[in-house]
Amino acid sequence: MANVNVPTPSSTVGTDAPRAIPAAPARTRTRRVAGSIKKNWQLYAMLALPLAWLIVYQYVPMFGAQIAFRDYSPQGGFAGLYEAEWVGLKHFRRFFDLPNFWTVIRNTLVLNIYALLAGFPLPIILALALNYVGRAWFRRTVQLVSYAPHFISVVVIVGMLFLFVDGDGIVVRILSVFGYDGGGLMENPSYWKSLYVWSGVWQSLGFNAIIYLAALSGVDPTLHEAAILDGANKLQRIRDIDLPGIMPVAMILLILNMGTLLSTGFEKVLLMQNPLNMSTSEVIDTLVYRLAFDSVFPQFSLATAVGLFKGVIGLILLLAVNQLARRLRQQSLF
Amino acid sequence: MASQATRDTGFDRVFNIVNHTVLLLFLVSVAYPLIYVVSASFSSPRAVINGEMWLWPVDATLEGYRAVFNNPRIVTGFRNSLFYTVVGTFVSVVLTILAAYPLSRKDLAGRNVIMFLFMFTMLFGGGIIPTYLTVRETGLLDTRWALIIPTAISVWNMIITRTFFQVTIPDELLEAAQLDGSSDFRFVWDNVLPLSAPIIAVNALFYAVGQWNTYFNALIYLTDQDLFPLQLVLREILIQNQINFDQMTDVTELARRQDLRDLLKYSLIVVASLPVLIIYPFVQKHFVRGVMIGSLKG
Repeated sequence: MANVNVPTPSSTVGTDAPRAIPAAPARTRTRRVAGSIKKNWQLYAMLALPLAWLIVYQYVPMFGAQIAFRDYSPQGGFAGLYEAEWVGLKHFRRFFDLPNFWTVIRNTLVLNIYALLAGFPLPIILALALNYVGRAWFRRTVQLVSYAPHFISVVVIVGMLFLFVDGDGIVVRILSVFGYDGGGLMENPSYWKSLYVWSGVWQSLGFNAIIYLAALSGVDPTLHEAAILDGANKLQRIRDIDLPGIMPVAMILLILNMGTLLSTGFEKVLLMQNPLNMSTSEVIDTLVYRLAFDSVFPQFSLATAVGLFKGVIGLILLLAVNQLARRLRQQSLF
Repeated sequence: MASQATRDTGFDRVFNIVNHTVLLLFLVSVAYPLIYVVSASFSSPRAVINGEMWLWPVDATLEGYRAVFNNPRIVTGFRNSLFYTVVGTFVSVVLTILAAYPLSRKDLAGRNVIMFLFMFTMLFGGGIIPTYLTVRETGLLDTRWALIIPTAISVWNMIITRTFFQVTIPDELLEAAQLDGSSDFRFVWDNVLPLSAPIIAVNALFYAVGQWNTYFNALIYLTDQDLFPLQLVLREILIQNQINFDQMTDVTELARRQDLRDLLKYSLIVVASLPVLIIYPFVQKHFVRGVMIGSLKG
């Protein structure tokens, strides 16, 4: 729009085709598009590589996901995709009939809801607390230190966890003071989810508070001044000024979180798994991996069906929560 | 922030004390595991296992670090990760800008359609097996490019970059350049890039940290050990407990090996995290800026 009215000298490089005022309104649109493509061909040239990437590595796999409905052999290439027999919902049915189907679904949901309950409110609380720290150096120190774990790789985080909760690790030693004698925590299915969730909180609490700190800095300071004049204490100011101020951001993040309710921090779960904790640690994503890459007979079609099942449910969930939020609070992603 | 102007009285004084105490406890609980690992990496393994070491190194030794740097697989992994991080970040930043700038232009016909195509992939994807098949079909399996090309563009980064261009490149600048007969390529090179240092920094940091820290693609796309990034080697040593001590020339008794194994793990954690943690305090503000630009348009 910006350059529509700019008169261009006709002697220029030739990127700007002189634009006639359209005669017939019916042809305006096609003309404008054609004119824009001709005028902006360099912009399309820039887009060529990214678009090629998008098609090859995002949309071709989406197209390839149809092997969920076929009997695809892992050795077949893309040509094998068409030779593979069409079997409808067979692989989905096989997934539902797996003996650990319900365990996997329950683990996925419980792990995510647990992580959401712990991981969603705490960054808000941290941001509010930091917002009321008067000494800048103290606030900066807390921020600097609490962001740091976010930059440590998931392999290292889990590696540290193993060292700490090992049979002779520091955590088990501390617990033994209080009478615990159950050996390594990682092998204990009843502690596994807590290890996963709270190590995640440790890693990302600080970093996740950034977005709320940004929202808080956008709160109108005159509201606080007026509240102080009215004799409001800090808790009242948090409740009546700060919380409403960060509500929109919180709602959007909550919607996003709900939309990924079936996608666990897959890379981390996979690292933390061992045969002893599998009863609580096997989730949909790790099942997909195991079926396709960690079995004697790779089952690509079944694994894709499981992944597709998750993707579709996740998409429906996201759209539903978004719809709900729109109705309740006029907040939505799209 | 809001509290500085006034003198706190009564309730607010209690609030402040509680607030600072809780934050201090939080600070300690984040910092302690990190300090513990660093101290353990310099301590005698016996002292760590017996619990004598709880804050500062006990019986200081560099043996763990010596073992780390004498392990050829770790050294190769480190070198590979440097390659993946440098080359991968470069490729990613270039592709991200090539996508983001045209899509930031209001006069680009079809930009809503293209934007939708990008954003839809944040909601839904083909899944790991079809993606794996595509990587295999495009001949990247067991090559270095397998870790660089398939994940080259993060749509999230592309969106923040686009928002940045929309906010910081004034329409007047483009109009003036077009009056001077400047082409779009020229305009991007001469005018847009010089104004984009902050967003390039944000992108480079996000991509670099992501590339340095990830292991999963390497796990499924690579079988050649000479190509393994550091994180995959870490996984074998830290998680699966596979350490090859063949490089050690002297005959060491079994117990000492077990001790050294733990010590090596602590040292390895420090070595693997150091590159990121050293640069992190200097670039912290860029990360914060990235998150903020992202929140401009959720």
